[in-house]
Amino acid sequence: MLMSHLPALVIIIPLVCAPLCVLLRGKDWAFGVAVLATWASFVCSILLTLQVSELGTISYAMGGWEPPYGIELRIDALNAYILLIVSGIGSVVVPYARNSMLLEYIESRAYLFYSAYLLCLCGLMGVAVTGDAFNLFVFLEISSLSSYVLIALGSDRRALTAAYQYLVMGTIGATFIVIAVGLLYQATGTLNMADIAKRLPEAGYGNRTVIAAFAFLAIGAGLKIAIFPLHQWLPNAYTYAPNVVSAFLAATATKVSVYILLRFVFSVFGVDFSFNSLPSAIPFLVLAVIAMFIPSIVACFQMNVKRVLAYSSVGQIGYMMLGVSLVSVAGLTASILHLFNHALMKGALFLVLGAVFYRIGSCRIDRMAGLAKQMPWTMAAFVGGGLSLVGVPLTAGFISKWYLILAALEKGWWYIAVLIVVTSLIAVIYVWRVFEAAYFRDPPADLCNVVEAPLSLLLPAWILVLANFYFGLETSISVGLAERAAQALMGGG
Amino acid sequence: MNTQDYIALSILLPLVGTILIWMSGPRPNQREIVTIVTAILTFLCVLQVLPPVLAGENPTLVLTEILPGLPLAFVVEPLGMMFALIASFLWIVTSFYAIGYMRGHHEPNQTRFYMCFAIAIASAIAIAFSGNMLTLFIAYEVLTLSTYPLVTHNQNEEAKRAGRTYLGILLSTSIGLLLVGILWTWFAAGTLDFTKGGILRGKVDDGLVIVMLFLYMYGIGKAALMPIHRWLPAAMVAPTPVSALLHAVAVVKAGVFTVLKVIIYIFGADFLQETGASIWLMYVAGATVLLASLVAITKDNLKARLAYSTVSQLSYVVLAGALATSFSLVGGAMHIAMHAFGKITLFFCAGAIMVATHKTEISQMRGLGWRMPFTFAAFLIGALSVIGLPPLGGSWSKWYIALGAADAHQLIFIAVLMISSLLNIAYLIPVFARGFFGPQEEEEAQLTAHQTHGQANTTNRLEGSKARISEAPIFCVVPLWVTAIGCVALFFYADRLY
Repeated sequence: MLMSHLPALVIIIPLVCAPLCVLLRGKDWAFGVAVLATWASFVCSILLTLQVSELGTISYAMGGWEPPYGIELRIDALNAYILLIVSGIGSVVVPYARNSMLLEYIESRAYLFYSAYLLCLCGLMGVAVTGDAFNLFVFLEISSLSSYVLIALGSDRRALTAAYQYLVMGTIGATFIVIAVGLLYQATGTLNMADIAKRLPEAGYGNRTVIAAFAFLAIGAGLKIAIFPLHQWLPNAYTYAPNVVSAFLAATATKVSVYILLRFVFSVFGVDFSFNSLPSAIPFLVLAVIAMFIPSIVACFQMNVKRVLAYSSVGQIGYMMLGVSLVSVAGLTASILHLFNHALMKGALFLVLGAVFYRIGSCRIDRMAGLAKQMPWTMAAFVGGGLSLVGVPLTAGFISKWYLILAALEKGWWYIAVLIVVTSLIAVIYVWRVFEAAYFRDPPADLCNVVEAPLSLLLPAWILVLANFYFGLETSISVGLAERAAQALMGGG
Repeated sequence: MNTQDYIALSILLPLVGTILIWMSGPRPNQREIVTIVTAILTFLCVLQVLPPVLAGENPTLVLTEILPGLPLAFVVEPLGMMFALIASFLWIVTSFYAIGYMRGHHEPNQTRFYMCFAIAIASAIAIAFSGNMLTLFIAYEVLTLSTYPLVTHNQNEEAKRAGRTYLGILLSTSIGLLLVGILWTWFAAGTLDFTKGGILRGKVDDGLVIVMLFLYMYGIGKAALMPIHRWLPAAMVAPTPVSALLHAVAVVKAGVFTVLKVIIYIFGADFLQETGASIWLMYVAGATVLLASLVAITKDNLKARLAYSTVSQLSYVVLAGALATSFSLVGGAMHIAMHAFGKITLFFCAGAIMVATHKTEISQMRGLGWRMPFTFAAFLIGALSVIGLPPLGGSWSKWYIALGAADAHQLIFIAVLMISSLLNIAYLIPVFARGFFGPQEEEEAQLTAHQTHGQANTTNRLEGSKARISEAPIFCVVPLWVTAIGCVALFFYADRLY
């Protein structure tokens, strides 16, 4: 019986546990509840994925109200994948949060952090699960608002400004999305996504309302995804947020926003409209290529390693958008696969940086000099994540690049393939800088007594790093799911 | 235990050894024993794979599928068998040498050194046994990454810069060119398996074959074609056992081995000849042979001279591959073996000289031959092999490459080979000559001062180096003779390849 309610459970558990954290003031109680809630969601996500693999798309009517009047939760391969990513990363990050946040918040207010975190998790999962357009906006805002709070908890004063900047841009993005939903409602009379997809052809693809909706949606989602040049909020937000939050958001928030774009562009508007009636592939492609290059080059010049990773993320998002702009099953597979792999990579790297920050209080390259001797396991984890970011074989990053280049070759765009390879080489440079600093230089005078990071921080980081290598060898799950999702999207699910 | 297990073991043993070496870190003697034992066991495992290959089979081991249609697969054929034998055998020799050198020099971080060595050998054997281009690529990258800590061992400014050149060139070529070539091949041919006769016939337009060949040849940075050869001299900052390993056994041999394997099993020698796609490669390789030899003559630092000699010798193999006739391919394959033994001897000698006398420049080495006769005699033998004089192995490989050039009607390359032999004499024999025929004037004073300084110490180290080097000549003279005779057995290649 419980199994049939899985789609709802996945959201309800964190949603209910969030106020529970507030009620249980004690730090350990709040922590315990957060961990249990996250792990429970993860288990539910796994079960849901198995269900979807067997049964195909699952449709669940919330509260028993039938769609299109009630809110429908609709899970297919793509949703399941996103759920896995979000809850998986969340599960690894939560145990880490306990010690990592010690430096960054006031202990008596710990419960606030955990409840905001759970709300964020609930919001992200909700976006991934829902089949109703307005509901999607609601959950998006839940996750966004709580992420603004989470970012503002950073110990650096600039965290407040960063959170504010993100708030402004994120709200504009979400507002654009809700305008798009409103326009779609005006054109079709329904809010249920599957229903909209059915009714759009009747409304007519030349309909100005529909085209406007598409435009609003593209920009709105683009803001949340941080497509260049709408990425301005990302570097500051990732750099000044608490390290746990950077890790969690870097691995999940933009992924979910990519999902929103994918879902609307492919499932609601349909491939035909989005790419044949409107020439959207070209702007996507151009922006993607620029995104791959410029932020990567900027990353090479940053002094703060978190900023390096933030700009690197903007570049990696460029890869995902590139896959989308190819408008083929292969391209979409590559994109969706990279959602997963990038979550693993960036999650691992940010967790490592959190461990570094825990010990030396800074993430600047010059402060990290010579760290490899004092924190060997931590830096080894960084090397592992870095290798995956570059795309060395045997890592998940290699698999993503492989599929992406193949997808480009399939369309005959070999120059795109060359560009992808060149940007990988740029990644070598910015990973290298950190590596060289840590392994080749001498530590600064005041940091000679640094010890290795505690196990509670190292273990989650290493789990993600090892996951990178695991999914670089055993790709049947990650690639299989991505392919099914891509086929469903292109087939017009 | 069947052959498949032995294939797996040959690669796994060094990896297991790595972990054991790491655990034995605090106990140096135990650690060295682990290294030696692992090396010997690995060689024995590789030997077990030899009989089926000689009988004409291709033992196969297929592991997990990394990407759909592309498993991690190992298929042993004669060329790979030879490379694996060389790599594992010379690991044993290099390990002994490394022990003497690292201890004599009081090098730090020895555990890391032996660990990376083991991983590098594991990846070299994986390259040798690889059954498709993806497996080879993976092992190739692991080799690059595992030898980086070896190159930058000293961790000083110089090492850091050299490491940048090393990794920079090797990674940019492999990711930027080779990977693109591999993906293109996969896309065009639908498979990456190494197949006799190549997999590209009919799948790629004639004009594009040249581009593809370019991607592969310059993508295989370890073959050190000019102008991407810079990493090789830069890697000289490494301790000498690393240079010996890099320049004789693992890294460069992996490079030219990959070149031959790609030419024979991905492109197909006949296909290349028909399309004439490799003519540009012949000229590039020929130019590298000559230019590198010329640069070698100008170098006073012994290791630098040997490095450029290696660049030149590697292009022999590339040239042989580019000629793509059965004789030249046999010659190229043989040259992998001959050069391995010859060069490792030369590097061992260079290292011994450095440990015993701290001399690195050839101009300082006058009269050294009288004090280190075994070393210099070994140097002569290695030099003669590289030059290509009978009765040493190197003569056979040059002979075959020349035959191949004649076969392909590219007579100019016979001239290239002959000129290069003359150049080889020009840069190798003076070292030997200076050791015995040079005057010993002010050097003597310094030497005696050196000796009286720590009489027992110096003589011990000299003895030590001589004792260490007395291993190398025995190991090198015998194999050189053996391979000279053994090249009759190498005729098997000609049949296998076509």
